[in-house]
Amino acid sequence: MADIEINGKTIKARDGVMVIEAADEAGITIPRFCYHEKLSVAASCRMCLVEVEKAPKPLPACATPVSDGMKVWTNSPRALAAQKNVMEFLLINHPLDCPICDQGGECELQDIAVGYGNDVSRFAEIKRVVKSNDIGPLIVTDFTRCIHCTRCVRFGQEIAGIRELGATGRGEHMEIGTYVEKSVSSELSGNIIDLCPVGSLTSKPFRFTARAWELTDSAAVSPHDCVGSNLTLQTRRNKVMRSLPRANEAINETWISDRDRFGYVGLNSEDRLRTPMIKVAGEWREIDWKTALEQVVKGVKKLIDTQGADQLGALVSPGATLEEMYLLQKLMRTLGSANIDHRLRQIDFSDQDLLPPFPWLGQNIEQLEKVNAALLIGSNVRKEQPIIGHRLRKAAIAGANIMFVNPVDFMFNFPVAEKLIGNPAQMVRTLAAIAKALLDITGEAAPEGLASLLENISVGDTELAIAERLKAAENATVLLGALAQGSQRLSSLRALSVLIAKLSGARFGQLSEGANSSGGWLAGAVPHRGPVGQKTSVTSLVDASVMLEHPLRGYLLMGVEPELDSSHPVAATKVLNEAEFVVSLTPFLSEQMKQYADVLLPISPFSETSGTFVNIEGRWQSFAGAVAPLGDSRPAWKVLRVLGNLFDLPGFEYISSEQVRDELKASCGQAESSAEVAWRCPADFNAVSVSLLRVGEVPIYATDALVRRSEPLQQTQDAMAAAVYLNESVATGLGLVDGDIAQVVQGGGSVWLPVVIDERVADGCTVIPAALPETAGLGAIHGPVDVSKN
Amino acid sequence: MTGRNLIDLLTKDSRAGIDRWVAKYPAEQKQSAVMAALRIAQDQNDGHLTTDLMDAVAEYLQMDSIAVYEVATFYSMYEMKPVGRHKICVCTNISCMLCGSEKIVEHLQEKLGVGFGEVTPYGRFSLKEVECLGACVGAPMFQIGEHYYEHLTAEKVDKILDELD
Repeated sequence: MADIEINGKTIKARDGVMVIEAADEAGITIPRFCYHEKLSVAASCRMCLVEVEKAPKPLPACATPVSDGMKVWTNSPRALAAQKNVMEFLLINHPLDCPICDQGGECELQDIAVGYGNDVSRFAEIKRVVKSNDIGPLIVTDFTRCIHCTRCVRFGQEIAGIRELGATGRGEHMEIGTYVEKSVSSELSGNIIDLCPVGSLTSKPFRFTARAWELTDSAAVSPHDCVGSNLTLQTRRNKVMRSLPRANEAINETWISDRDRFGYVGLNSEDRLRTPMIKVAGEWREIDWKTALEQVVKGVKKLIDTQGADQLGALVSPGATLEEMYLLQKLMRTLGSANIDHRLRQIDFSDQDLLPPFPWLGQNIEQLEKVNAALLIGSNVRKEQPIIGHRLRKAAIAGANIMFVNPVDFMFNFPVAEKLIGNPAQMVRTLAAIAKALLDITGEAAPEGLASLLENISVGDTELAIAERLKAAENATVLLGALAQGSQRLSSLRALSVLIAKLSGARFGQLSEGANSSGGWLAGAVPHRGPVGQKTSVTSLVDASVMLEHPLRGYLLMGVEPELDSSHPVAATKVLNEAEFVVSLTPFLSEQMKQYADVLLPISPFSETSGTFVNIEGRWQSFAGAVAPLGDSRPAWKVLRVLGNLFDLPGFEYISSEQVRDELKASCGQAESSAEVAWRCPADFNAVSVSLLRVGEVPIYATDALVRRSEPLQQTQDAMAAAVYLNESVATGLGLVDGDIAQVVQGGGSVWLPVVIDERVADGCTVIPAALPETAGLGAIHGPVDVSKN
Repeated sequence: MTGRNLIDLLTKDSRAGIDRWVAKYPAEQKQSAVMAALRIAQDQNDGHLTTDLMDAVAEYLQMDSIAVYEVATFYSMYEMKPVGRHKICVCTNISCMLCGSEKIVEHLQEKLGVGFGEVTPYGRFSLKEVECLGACVGAPMFQIGEHYYEHLTAEKVDKILDELD
């Protein structure tokens, strides 16, 4: 610790920190533009010049380390004069047209100019003008306003991991930009909007729609992935105008992914359902809530009376709140049916009885950046959970070995130590080989049943290297990603991953789909377990797959578009169309829904309801609605509560969503975070599958109904086009070349898709993205598929 | 992926030249050779760089393209537009100016019919204004190719230019 004095105040500063950090910690403000606590020091703007005792000239506080006995003045006449001079220079080329700038009102330059700028400019010459270029659908550039702080450039290099913006030219001719016409492609790119201290980089969807001072802030939690990034929703006149990060060091630091930043656009989509609707003789009719709910009760009662309660199934989005899931399962179970599930994109449920109370990361998100080694299985973590990808990137830069077993050789923005790319069947064998290598290294006996299966498995160099790196690492983790969890071989992949983690002393964790999959388990939105993992007495287990593949007579859907959100699009559409009675609680209306549903109940998306998401760390994060529900739509927890009353069921007398949450929380006590998975030997994995396997990657901007309706995100490069992606040798084997239109036949459905040769895809499989309208006519998103020229 | 291998834009000789520079630096710091690599790439392309060539250098040295653009646009001796067979770099800095570089510039512009940053119609000459080339003792001066021509007069300029192809 160093004792320093700032403005006469004695401060204890940590050794090695810069004066500006010490001042920030002590609550002393020093003006700055280029300095940012999360980025490297550039010291290019000179706005933070301060007077330091014995220094011949003012020094930049952001690049001057503290030393014992140092005396600093941030507002002495000399410091102030220096700061004012810098401001005068910064304003020379900056347009003074704040009224027509989108940053006006929340501009760091504007704010600081109030304190440090002159009333009248002495600069009478002509200001420079810089041509702006189009860098994509999310960010507007206006480089004439740029003051060359280079925060955006450093962000690209240091945080996003791809340098897309740079400073070309020099001196007066220096320009920030991409130099060539090019869209920025980082999944974290929106953060440069926040970083930009002027109006040089602003949000395209938000541009010129509101002023900062008209907006009201509400705290929210991201509904798009299991990270639970903290958001601030800014609203005006009952409309969400934009979404910004809310700093939380433990989760998202000061960043959010573009999906969290621009997903809100979908909230104001034309597709929003505003009033309850019922189908009368094939015609849709808008109706009041009372009649609609009575219709639901009548329909469900009739179904239960004539077909039995077990003919009723409920499918709920993994992005629904904890309260909604809890009430829905309570309603279902009280009505006598345990057919409820939120694991819509899962296919293999065979190990569900072995699992811990809820899927858990095995550690805190913060801990991920401290790992020395990580093995990710079936994960495109950078696009699936961008914030987790960012944490792993930090670890990789600090020297960690990040390794992958994947069906596609995804591009990562950090060095990958080892990777094994194979189709889903090979992935199981790869994991078996890693496990075998670890068994050899540790000398432990193989768990029951595995020894014979491992006999034919040969351990290659890479498998051995992965095993050794995991074993050698003091702090290692094994993580199961979305592609593994959707896989037909999930139980084998999971069992072997757990074994690998155990043998190497690594922590096992899962990266689940949706914002609230952990909450889904805790709330009991799974057929085989009640809330908080209570064992239920249900004998015939009807999980999501069963419900979608084997018709029931009636369905309740909550926030789900099964043709896009489930693992069995064709089958789902078929069973829903054939069902007697389908009720859809949904914020959005779709044509498909009009086909299969009988009653449509408009419910609130995350911005219009109070609720709780449990993230992958098991962290409960409650939030209140930012705006009132749109039109006649209502928070789903209220709808479910009233339904409970109308069915005359006991225990539905809640008056607030907090009451629902607290009831669950009380029964939870402290639901144990555990990654313990009991061992069950996988089925024989030695047989080599001959068929072509589909990998139904869910594109980053197709994960849920809300993000699919965010226009700007759909225009980005990351919005994957529906196509058959396969490598050249697989394509040649099928007689296909790049650009062909191929027929894809699967699960009784058939669609025509363009062929894209992509060498990143492993042999024996093809990536056909799921959750896109063009592929909604296909069968299981992970599984055998037929692709042919015609 | 464009499907096209950008590195192929660099000739075999260029690549060998770049490799010599890469060898001078630690293996993990290939990017240190970027300035030499850009000069070599420029030389193989009649004295100017293109975006594709810069991308090729970036790929060859495993750098981000933008980082190469930054270097190439920062230094004045990399040309982003086609130049003449003979690039006449006239110093107009203080010593040359005091010794009459303005007259030399005037004479050149009249004789060639082009201004600074322009190329003569058949691509024989291009004219460029540069800062001090460190030959004040021989002011006024210009540089063509790798040669300095000093103590210039209008007659001397005519003679020098006539002798070039």
